[in-house]
Amino acid sequence: MRYFEYFVGPQHVGVTGNMSYHLWADGDEIKKMITSVGYLHRGFEKLMEYREWVKNVPMVPRICVPEPDVNEVLYAMGVEELSGLVPSERAQYIRVLVLEMARLSAFLFYFAGAAGALGLYTIPQWTIGDRDYILDRFEELTGGRAYHIYTTPGGVRRDLPDGFKSRVQETMNYLKKRLIDYDRLMFENAIIVKRTKGIGIIEKDYAMNMGVTGPNLRASGIKADVRKDDHYLVYDKLDFDVPVVGDGDIFSRIMQRRLEFDESIKIIEQVLEMMPDGGFIEKLPNPIEWKVPAGDVYVKLESSKGEFGYYIVSNGEEKPYRIHVRGPSYTHGIQVAQEKIVGMRIADVAPFLFSLDVCPPDIER
Amino acid sequence: MGIFKKIFTPLDALKHLGQKPHTIRVPYVKKEPAKRYRGIHVNDWDKCIGCGNCARICTCQAIEMIPIDSIKVEEGKTNLRPQVDYGRCSFCGQCVDVCPTGSLKLSTEYLMTSTNKDDYIFIPPKDRDSGEGTGWESSTETSMLRFDREEMPERNPDERKLDFEPVLLGFSEQQAYLESMRCLGCGLCVDGCPTHMFIPEYIQKIRDAEYNGAVDEFFKNNPLPQICGTVCTHNCEDNCVYSRRGNPIQIRYLKGFAAEKVDNYGDVIKVDPDNKIDKKVAVIGAGPAGLTLAFYLRKYGVQVKIFESTPNAEGMMRYGIPRYRLSEKTLKKETDFILSTGAEIQYSTEIGKDIPLKNLLDEYDAVFIGVGFQQGIPMGVPGEDAIGVLQAADFLRDVAMGKKVEIGNKAIIVGGGDVAMDASRTALRLGAKSVIMYRRRWVDMPAHEEEKLEAKDEGVEIMPQTLPTEIVKDENGKVKSVKYVKTKMVDQGEGKRPKPVPIEDEIYEMECSAVIQAIGQNPDYSLFPDDIKEKLQFDKRGKRIIVDDYGETLIPGLFAGGDCVNNRGDIVGAIADARKAARGAQRGRGRASP
Repeated sequence: MRYFEYFVGPQHVGVTGNMSYHLWADGDEIKKMITSVGYLHRGFEKLMEYREWVKNVPMVPRICVPEPDVNEVLYAMGVEELSGLVPSERAQYIRVLVLEMARLSAFLFYFAGAAGALGLYTIPQWTIGDRDYILDRFEELTGGRAYHIYTTPGGVRRDLPDGFKSRVQETMNYLKKRLIDYDRLMFENAIIVKRTKGIGIIEKDYAMNMGVTGPNLRASGIKADVRKDDHYLVYDKLDFDVPVVGDGDIFSRIMQRRLEFDESIKIIEQVLEMMPDGGFIEKLPNPIEWKVPAGDVYVKLESSKGEFGYYIVSNGEEKPYRIHVRGPSYTHGIQVAQEKIVGMRIADVAPFLFSLDVCPPDIER
Repeated sequence: MGIFKKIFTPLDALKHLGQKPHTIRVPYVKKEPAKRYRGIHVNDWDKCIGCGNCARICTCQAIEMIPIDSIKVEEGKTNLRPQVDYGRCSFCGQCVDVCPTGSLKLSTEYLMTSTNKDDYIFIPPKDRDSGEGTGWESSTETSMLRFDREEMPERNPDERKLDFEPVLLGFSEQQAYLESMRCLGCGLCVDGCPTHMFIPEYIQKIRDAEYNGAVDEFFKNNPLPQICGTVCTHNCEDNCVYSRRGNPIQIRYLKGFAAEKVDNYGDVIKVDPDNKIDKKVAVIGAGPAGLTLAFYLRKYGVQVKIFESTPNAEGMMRYGIPRYRLSEKTLKKETDFILSTGAEIQYSTEIGKDIPLKNLLDEYDAVFIGVGFQQGIPMGVPGEDAIGVLQAADFLRDVAMGKKVEIGNKAIIVGGGDVAMDASRTALRLGAKSVIMYRRRWVDMPAHEEEKLEAKDEGVEIMPQTLPTEIVKDENGKVKSVKYVKTKMVDQGEGKRPKPVPIEDEIYEMECSAVIQAIGQNPDYSLFPDDIKEKLQFDKRGKRIIVDDYGETLIPGLFAGGDCVNNRGDIVGAIADARKAARGAQRGRGRASP
């Protein structure tokens, strides 16, 4: 039997980054898929072994382009745990603020991609435009728009600028207003509903067995969130819900993120209110030649794509001995996608792949 | 919701048609970057010292240090300036946060357009600065560097002024670790050290608690590490990059800390006392210069004999520096080690009196003169011959020797140098009240700031802009009081010190029981016979002997170093001279002379 053979990627709207899917189709039905990665391999894990601890700070955000801050925070948390540094409470609140703002911007990016994959281009125009307002706040806070390089072992590199809190609140108010537009345009849109409901279902048990995490897991009906279950930073002091949609199809994965969007805004508003005064950084004894005590640590947090983890090993030297990054995209973008795409129509491939929110840079590191 | 409605709700979007778009339209409006925006680098070349820490921290290896010919190389400053390759730079700003001087910043400028790829590699100047308060700037608060030092623990002033026990308590291991951890290893401090000690290397060893290794580094160019680690004039710290905006690393005390940790230098530094080659060198004066020369020559097996006029070694280190600053234990430890390397010493022998210098020149392959400045300079005011008018050098020596010195209940010390501080604090410890009179301002006092502050803390009264004009005697010829006037500072034009001019109208008088003069010292060159003195070359004031790069005078085989050669007047300067002379003495007589 000869199949029709075709490729998605390495450049395609269905994948945020350079990664290729090799598909075999019989008529309109996908029979087999093999993922082809390697277009984006930069060897960060290895590069980190050759750089002093603090020099890795500008490098880690590159591991996930749409949401770089999780890497910075994880790296800092890991190094802090190994060395016994404790960032001030204010720094921890600022980190939460940064993480949640990054989550919002990643969700807006996701909405753009999900709608774009269905051929609806007004939504990407809006969400990417609105994402820029968040990036404006990032630019004010960190000096950078996409890569912030802001969180560092010991705290954060700069304090909030004057009047920053009120401007963040303005942005949140604006986004809340825009969500109504999004709802009407996207979630009440017959095209999206028809094209995504009941398609690409990831069942609850399957998701558990495969190690699916984050919004994808919650969309399949399991209430699990690192922020609640294994809290880090100051998430235990914040009041927020973990929504669960539960159908496991493409629509519920998009909807899951839409509901979590509200929760993130709620968290940001609380953080702005509760943030205490105090120092923003605990300086290292020496920026370059500092040695982290020997030991190993696994730190994890909830990113917009799922559970992100760093395994850091130090042998007491000026450079890490080994750093392993566990990104959620490997599971979602390779194992789950490869199996679940079988039997799907060609037209559904792009929406399905995008609904998984795969980030190829974190597959390859 | 019916499917019919679901088809039409998205048409809501049409209401946005009339709204202002958030994308930029024609005519083009430049987007103003945020205040903290990280754009291209600017560097203030005048502030930049070329330490290279920016290049070191750059994770992208985008920064290279390039020598600029038009920049003058000064002590603690190089002519290197960072060159940035924007093909590599990731605009993280860590170079800014590690910059000790704060010269480097990222401005809010971000436009760079060129078809030539070489245009993206350049040495950032200052002219594209977007202004203060914009861009990614450096400040002591946001810098990665800890500008605050670990304070050296000291005894309480009220307690310490009662005895001659050491004032400094010494670093704890944790403090030494934290202080040594601040070092960035740029090595600019080495410029400031006359003997060019391997400072970054030994600080690294101290950080790793490898004290033996640190001692090994010390002895490469300084055989008196614990003495220097306690009382050195620490020029190195003035050149430390941290001193540009904060407290320099306490290189001196770190050295002292590590040296103290090693009880017996002999375990680390191996010099065979029985190894003696056929070369003999005589050393006059067992001060820092003489001891240093002896050590470095003994390392190569040269036979060394030291002639010392007093019954003790150490010279001015013993007789000029009071014991509360430099303890007996420290002095003994270091001299005993140097003497244990096989250097002979003959005490209480004065060259020129007991043995003529000529004999030494005939008998030995080389002779080294390392005599200090021991004769105090008189002030030249009426009444100096009164009983109770002392010279600081004599006063300190007598106290150090344990002689009984009568100064009564109130001593006036004249002068503003370290010797004046030592004399005033010694007088306090003898139970007298101390007053320092100095003709210039507090800031002009040549004494080290910490000495001044320590003296003040202990209760020494310091009177700047005060000039004694007469010493009044009582009927027994004893000092009764000092008459003095106030001075005003007259500007002498750019680059010159303001001159103190007495205000003659009002003359004040202060009762006292002793006057200690500490306005300077002169050498005692009575050891030179006239014919040798004629052949020697002295500086304009006739105080210092001129020597060549190997410490050799115009007389072949006669070397000199220390106070009688350099104008630093400190221990480490003497060590540097002696190291030069050690090389010269090994080369042989007269070879270095023109």
